[in-house]
Amino acid sequence: MTDAAAEQSPIVQRLLVWDSNAVTKVIEFRGELTLVVAAANLRRIAEYLQNEPGLEFNFLSDISVVDRLPAVPRFEMNYHLLSIPNRQTLRLRVWLAGPDPVVDSLTPIYPTANWHEREIFDLFGVRFEGHPELRRILLPDDWEGYPLRKDYPVEGFR
Amino acid sequence: MTTTVQTAVGTAEAMVLNMGPQHPSTHGVLRVLLELNGETVVKARSEIGYLHTGIEKSCEALTYSQAITLTDRIDYLAPLSNNLGYCLAVEKLLGIEVPKRAQYIRVLLTELTRIASHLVWLGTHAMDLGAVSVMLYCFREREQILKILELLSGQRMMTSYFRIGGLALQPPPGWLDPVQRFTDMQPSRIDDYEELLTHNRIWESRTRGIGVLNAKDAIALGVSGPMLRASGVAYDVRKFFPYSSYEEFEFEVPTRTESDCYARYLVRVAEMRESLKIVRQAMPLIAPEGPFKADVPGIIPPPREEMKTEMEALIYHFKIFTEGFAPPPGEVYQRIESPRGELGFFVVSDGSAKPCRVKVRAPSFVNLQALPQLAEGSLVADLIACIGTTDIVLGEVDR
Repeated sequence: MTDAAAEQSPIVQRLLVWDSNAVTKVIEFRGELTLVVAAANLRRIAEYLQNEPGLEFNFLSDISVVDRLPAVPRFEMNYHLLSIPNRQTLRLRVWLAGPDPVVDSLTPIYPTANWHEREIFDLFGVRFEGHPELRRILLPDDWEGYPLRKDYPVEGFR
Repeated sequence: MTTTVQTAVGTAEAMVLNMGPQHPSTHGVLRVLLELNGETVVKARSEIGYLHTGIEKSCEALTYSQAITLTDRIDYLAPLSNNLGYCLAVEKLLGIEVPKRAQYIRVLLTELTRIASHLVWLGTHAMDLGAVSVMLYCFREREQILKILELLSGQRMMTSYFRIGGLALQPPPGWLDPVQRFTDMQPSRIDDYEELLTHNRIWESRTRGIGVLNAKDAIALGVSGPMLRASGVAYDVRKFFPYSSYEEFEFEVPTRTESDCYARYLVRVAEMRESLKIVRQAMPLIAPEGPFKADVPGIIPPPREEMKTEMEALIYHFKIFTEGFAPPPGEVYQRIESPRGELGFFVVSDGSAKPCRVKVRAPSFVNLQALPQLAEGSLVADLIACIGTTDIVLGEVDR
């Protein structure tokens, strides 16, 4: 399936009927569907996907960030959604510019996002607007820097 | 025993207590910050990160093959599940197909790993609640599985036996004999555990109605695996998105609707029996001889004999182990059903020989988020049961 064919997928079509500007780009790679959306629309789209009958992406599996340094914008957020009733998966992607990236938190609609977002804040320094308790989770509270960014050496700063 | 305690909340001053990080029932280095009103848990907050070793960052500095050794150490009770998840992700990225024989061996071994992991869980959880003898039985049987893994890979635990494209080594002749002996013996052993626990009044009173998590909350919190199935949601990756030929095997997905600690216990015990079923089906499918890895020059190391006789094979061997190989740019998210739930590997390639990003969606990290839901309002002693049935592995929680 090419990207053009992926655009014909029912999920994309439903989203476009709902809001013709919702999806910026549709990518298909190794059978996985990725929808690139604008960061400002993320929560609205996630809410729609979660509640719309026939889509029902009720399970947020994972949130992953990729630091694409030196590309601009730098941070690629990937939200892996799963619909348990329909056995479908979907990846939502938003791009965030550095060095102080901010995006809407999904915790109010997917409570599971809480720790995922704290981990991302901890390791990448992405801030989440509307998160109830945004503080470090894996590293000590007084840690300096964001170790999973590409400009942070593997051995750490000495 | 019900969990409601008739105390006037707010009259007494709440006490704050640190449980862990060195508490035997936290199964590692979990620290739970408790706010107590007498014996009742008012608030439970998990503090994690004591075992954070930066595995995801380290993967970015290694070649795709080298990173396999790190995946063993994520969930150290089910190393083969991690190997499988990671290898499947990289294979998907490369677009290579693994020979059927290797797929069946992978299925057989990951199911044995699931049994081993559930045995450790059952043993330690029962010990937490005072049934010490179960622990000794469970570890005795688990040792049998570890011996099988040692026979195949030379290692009991950190096997790294699954490699990109197949397996590390050809299994030795006769390796299925101990597997056969294990599958013959184990059903009666599971009966023994059930004899000790399932209708034991103390066990029932310690687990029934404790730590209830309804299906709606479980889904919202991203809980997966036996915990989710004990809440009545039959989400099992092996059935939803079959990988490594799981679609060819017949097995049930045990579910319960009670959503309490007892239901989680029953689901895991039933899962051990289902895993045995899969192992029994896999054994006759595995031919004594045949390919154990794919044949993709430049990515999969050539057979040892060829390497010693053919120049080209020698060059490939040298290049694979010095430079690695570069998958096409792109990213995949591969989910598998680990003993604890949905284990996901998000592997990103930028076209170089080292992964640009390896993200591990660790099931116990997500499941642990449900702890306040399970334990708040119950007694401190019940909190132990709740942590136990969450089945966390701190290596995986902290990575």
